[in-house]
Amino acid sequence: MNKTNWPPSASIETLRARAFVLQKIREFFQNKNVLEVETPVLSRHTVTDPHLHSLSAQYPLTQETFYFQTSPEYHMKRLLCAGSDSIFQLCKSFRLDEQGRIHNPEFTMLEWYRINFNHHQLMDEIDELLCVILKLEPADRYTYQAIFKKYLQCDPLATNLNELKTLAHQHNLNPPDLDDDIDAWLMFLFSFIIEPQLITPTFIYNFPITQAALAKKNETDPRLGDRFELYINGMEIANGFYELSNFKEQRARFNDDLLKRKKLAYESIEIDERFLAALEHGLPDCAGVALGVDRLVMLALNKQTINEVLSFSFERA
Amino acid sequence: MGTVSTNEFKPGLKIMLDGNPCSILENEFVKPGKGQAFNRVRYRNLLNGRVVEKTFKSGESIETADVGDVEMQYLYKDDQFFYFMDNSTFEQATASPEAVGDAAKWMRENDNCAVTLWNEKPIAVTPPNFVILKIVKSDPGVRGDTVSGATKPATLETGAVVRVPLFVEEGESIRVDTRTGDYMSRAKDEQN
Repeated sequence: MNKTNWPPSASIETLRARAFVLQKIREFFQNKNVLEVETPVLSRHTVTDPHLHSLSAQYPLTQETFYFQTSPEYHMKRLLCAGSDSIFQLCKSFRLDEQGRIHNPEFTMLEWYRINFNHHQLMDEIDELLCVILKLEPADRYTYQAIFKKYLQCDPLATNLNELKTLAHQHNLNPPDLDDDIDAWLMFLFSFIIEPQLITPTFIYNFPITQAALAKKNETDPRLGDRFELYINGMEIANGFYELSNFKEQRARFNDDLLKRKKLAYESIEIDERFLAALEHGLPDCAGVALGVDRLVMLALNKQTINEVLSFSFERA
Repeated sequence: MGTVSTNEFKPGLKIMLDGNPCSILENEFVKPGKGQAFNRVRYRNLLNGRVVEKTFKSGESIETADVGDVEMQYLYKDDQFFYFMDNSTFEQATASPEAVGDAAKWMRENDNCAVTLWNEKPIAVTPPNFVILKIVKSDPGVRGDTVSGATKPATLETGAVVRVPLFVEEGESIRVDTRTGDYMSRAKDEQN
């Protein structure tokens, strides 16, 4: 252990500005009568998503495994199903092995759900929040298809492995073995070619249904899911859904995740039956989004690394 | 040989790629909103010096390279090889001219330098950042040439040719930055 790095990673001045951002966020939702909630950080269940890795701890009294939540989504949806109405939460979330210039394994998330909103209305509200915190104009909006056509002259809904591999080669990327998985190739090209060019605030929406996670299937085009992402300065800021409420479809997607996990020889995860029971009880029509608060503070203060806005980064914790 | 996971990648780490020992220069963690995370890595191939970029899937395991720098004394060379000795173990190592590369023009016998060993074989030699060497040949500066910054070539005892100011003369010793090959100062007082 290095004793000399006892001081905070952020300056005290930055921490004051950070507190002000948090205060503004709370005011924003209070003014809209959105209820602030707190949900457990430790849960008996975690996400099945093959590419999200949870930290876990053993509870000594019962020997049960508890997972540090990768996001408060399941608990918040259980509140929505129980009749909470629109809610927001500022909380710590945890992801194993995510560390870098804009990643810290423990980070602060702002997650909120709006009853009777679809994802377009929620994007409007994010525009409002960005205006309050960052004094920004409303973000541009592109469909997933349009942004691929703009930057790669490729239609992501009608492409093939050959075309995607050729594009990676043409852009001098030296890609890893992506197991001939079209979505993996799309995400690879998106991350390395498109995302770095999304400097001005940009929403990407209508993701392929195979990348929809917990979003509804699009009503008019079944190839699409009602998921969106927000990018600013070449960095992902938020991910949102018009929330999937069909518990049968949700279970099928969880089972798909478990199959993928098996194929990748990853640890198997037990499906969160309480979450599915809540959906079966009934999730109100709603849209929800998770936004990285640390990155929002980076933008507000023009900082280049996440460590500069954290009181103590992972190395110093 | 051991392995490392991409989440242990950091600058300076030595890994094996396509059978070549490489040194990581930069490592960037990249994660799409959903899906596979990546590590984008810039690395130097330690055998040919080339800098290459490559992307790994996060969590992949990569073989580590047994590569380390050892302080060694340059003993002598013959027609084929350069010979070095580890000052603490007195073990000798034989390096090819390719491995020694440009370092050769800054090394005098008995000088110390850093030898990079891969599986105990030298693959690179790095001289100290600054060396003091004697000028064995340099024409006198042209009298009356007072243009500031004017320089002339000087051949050093190791064979290297550097640009020196006009007032520096044959027989003097000078301090040279081996990373750039630039003359730094006269080194009369510093000579060992």
